[in-house]
Amino acid sequence: MPALKFTNLSKTFPRAKPLFGKARAGVRAVRPMSLTVETGETLGIVGESGCGKSTLARMLVGLLEPSSGQIEIAGKALDTADPAAFGRLIQYVFQDPISSLNPRKTIRQIMETPLKQLHGMDRAERSARIGKIFASVNLRKEFLDRYPHEFSGGQAQRIGIARALAAHPKIMVLDEPVSALDVSIQAQVLNLLADLKSKFDLTYLFISHDLAVVEAVSNRVIVLYFGAVVEIGKAEDIFNSPKHPYTQLLADSAPVVGRPLKAPEQKDSELPDPLNPPKGCAFAGRCIYASDLCRSTEPELRVMGENQLAACHHPI
Amino acid sequence: MTFLRLLFRNRLAGLGAVILGIIIILVTITPLLPLPDPNATATANRFLRPFSEGHLLGTDHLGRDILARLLYGTRISLAIGLVSAFFAALFGSAIGIIAGYFGGRIDNVIMRLIDMLMAFPYILLALAIVAALGPGLMNALIAVAAVNVPFFARNIRGITVSLAGREFIDAARLAGLGHTRIILSELLPNVLPVIVIGISTTVGWMILETAGLSFLGLGSQPPNADLGSMLGEARAALITAPHTSIIPGIMIFLIVMSINLLGDGVRDALDPRLKSGALTRPRATTRVDRKGPVPQADQKGLLNIQSLETQFHVGPRIYRAVNEVSLHVSAGECLGIIGESGSGKSVTALSVMGLVASPPGVITGGAVRYDGEDLLDASYERLRQKRGNNVAYIFQDPLATLHPLYKIGDQLVEAIQSHNNTSTKEARTKALELLKSVRIPNAPERLDNYPHEMSGGMRQRVGIAMALANDPEVIIADEPTTALDVTVQAQILTLLDDLRRERGLAIIFITHDFGVVAQLCDRVAVMYAGRIVEEGQTKAVLDAPAHPYTKRLIACVPELGGGRRELAAIPGLPPVVDRLPEGCAFAARCDKAQDACHRGYIPLNGHAPRAVRCLFPEEVV
Repeated sequence: MPALKFTNLSKTFPRAKPLFGKARAGVRAVRPMSLTVETGETLGIVGESGCGKSTLARMLVGLLEPSSGQIEIAGKALDTADPAAFGRLIQYVFQDPISSLNPRKTIRQIMETPLKQLHGMDRAERSARIGKIFASVNLRKEFLDRYPHEFSGGQAQRIGIARALAAHPKIMVLDEPVSALDVSIQAQVLNLLADLKSKFDLTYLFISHDLAVVEAVSNRVIVLYFGAVVEIGKAEDIFNSPKHPYTQLLADSAPVVGRPLKAPEQKDSELPDPLNPPKGCAFAGRCIYASDLCRSTEPELRVMGENQLAACHHPI
Repeated sequence: MTFLRLLFRNRLAGLGAVILGIIIILVTITPLLPLPDPNATATANRFLRPFSEGHLLGTDHLGRDILARLLYGTRISLAIGLVSAFFAALFGSAIGIIAGYFGGRIDNVIMRLIDMLMAFPYILLALAIVAALGPGLMNALIAVAAVNVPFFARNIRGITVSLAGREFIDAARLAGLGHTRIILSELLPNVLPVIVIGISTTVGWMILETAGLSFLGLGSQPPNADLGSMLGEARAALITAPHTSIIPGIMIFLIVMSINLLGDGVRDALDPRLKSGALTRPRATTRVDRKGPVPQADQKGLLNIQSLETQFHVGPRIYRAVNEVSLHVSAGECLGIIGESGSGKSVTALSVMGLVASPPGVITGGAVRYDGEDLLDASYERLRQKRGNNVAYIFQDPLATLHPLYKIGDQLVEAIQSHNNTSTKEARTKALELLKSVRIPNAPERLDNYPHEMSGGMRQRVGIAMALANDPEVIIADEPTTALDVTVQAQILTLLDDLRRERGLAIIFITHDFGVVAQLCDRVAVMYAGRIVEEGQTKAVLDAPAHPYTKRLIACVPELGGGRRELAAIPGLPPVVDRLPEGCAFAARCDKAQDACHRGYIPLNGHAPRAVRCLFPEEVV
């Protein structure tokens, strides 16, 4: 049974209706997308700012009501956006560790909330469970009576992970969990996440803009562009032999030691305007392979090669 | 207790607290004092002067003892003021939190109603409420509270809106909390200080308003006295018996003044921004207080930083942010500074042009020579000439460094005109050229854009154009691409590289990304806990890192194409720079550390340009 399955999930943010004239089309942050995530898998989600990855994540944990589509977690359909119903099954780890902790609560109060609200545990049970989780994220118990501002970024992110674990979810959505951390701390947190995954039988959705990090932790990677999936593939293949020109562009843009500096595309290229989306393939304006077909018809996701899918009329 | 200490650091707040304290003690013990009945009339004794026998402050037009009436009146006025402030805060904050938290239509409807309330002059509104309810102290209280509800509602709504978007509110929802609990347990504790500040600064005002209503005869009813009605009744005898009005007037003045002084103190002590000394205006340049001798000039590079030491003095603590840092960069060269947060790389860069906020920053040693001239010795005027003109900065977040209310064309023109005496038209032509040189498409139209109308990559191009406005020789770029997407980062990096080659710019590039350093920089210096731990040609440092920190930091960074793997990590945390350990700052996290690493001073050794600060380096340099 897949851990997570969503079909035709989309989100359109409506735009305010002008005082005079007819209502305008909304902004399509996430275009209808369907995906299945297997139990125990780490699915990497990459894409640049504005590609819809955070909107997708917020829908998956129930913080945002989808405009269309169904979400199924562990075989159970979740129809309404109710974070409390989602919370027992899927949890979220935020990008900014400090701002995701209430500055006026002790760590113990923060940790107890999900146990009390989602699982109705009594005091003794809560204390035992918090002790167990804290040990597994390598945090000392005396931290429990301190306030969030007393912690470094790396420690605060461990606390954020511990809070998510406390809800006993099956799936964790990790939204740029290490991008606010220093390089030497990043690796600590990433390794911890890997340990926790096998210990608690978790499934991860790992969102990041850092391709190297995603490649290092994921089984499968999906690449988003302008609210749509443009490529899906195994982590070890997708950046080595990309099929979609956008994936290629991402892979070529990442600064790598030993590779000479060159901008892999036109210097003035820009993302398409979400208020005025282009017809056809959204990437056509930046793509060197673009043809008339690309500018008129939106490509569908098609199987290309082994276990790799791409939405492109002219795959590489 | 820190709150009280902060509060009394403000002398005026202390004075306010003392006066208010005396008044409160006096009115609390009033019933115990041997005072005549405040409402007992004795028309024979009317208008007795102060210090008359039996009447310390004299009597009023009905011969009542003014001291007794004053103290009883103050009791009433204070009580009404406090109670109405409490209710105004209670209802106003509740409205504000609900509007701010739920947003959308609820917010719109509530706030428009509040706006309508605010559109009436407050005294008219209060009069209308009292007119509808009838005169009396209780009704005056209701009127004063109602009139002040919008103040709290608007303030608290603003705070709530910014809090409701924070991630911890989302986290609370995912933890299963409903709206009521989120409001009560997540939002309220964060809003409470603001409510307290609001109350402390408005109580005085509400006492005045109550007095105003009583003065008009709409508040306390005869024969009971409050300060306002005492003034009102004494009005007729203002000329003949001035003490009857002056005494309650002085009392109102004392109460309101002391509450306001105390309220300002409370606000300053509670506001975290003011606590950290944001009220002290920073100096135009960083304070320079060099303890040791100034290093002799050596002819290295165009910009030459010699043994720079910058510290932050916060109370008794001294943060040694930059220790003995020497760097130089020549024309056409790119020097990378790499390090984690708190390593001192940004403070080093800001020290060059005296841009470290002072207080608390102090440059305590070393020299910064531009073309041989020591900038730390230079006057503010001299430094100002050089800022932008010779040495320019590019910062991480262009949204924070560009002014949000001016068009970018105007900002460029201003930057050009601050150093050149050119006409606005010429400057505008130059601005257009600059935008073209940083490859902004549709440059003529973009001149009239506001910063928020541009994407992050375009804004950073404008940031670079600003830095180039006066043809500087040196550019210091502090993490200019960290906030950008990879494809945009690649564009900005190639742009900087082109500019350096075309114009012979010297670039100091601060980053935490080895990939960026490898692609852009000729030489690199690695900083840890305020010191340079390793430097050399980029290729030499990256291929064969000599300091264990550099080696392990490089290993921490996953590289694209490596596949799925366990990442190397450095255990522990960097030291805090106000408690630097003796010896090597990295020793506590280093697996090669020996006893000698924890002792004494470890010098930077090697053959220029290669050097390493380690007793047991990985490579001989």
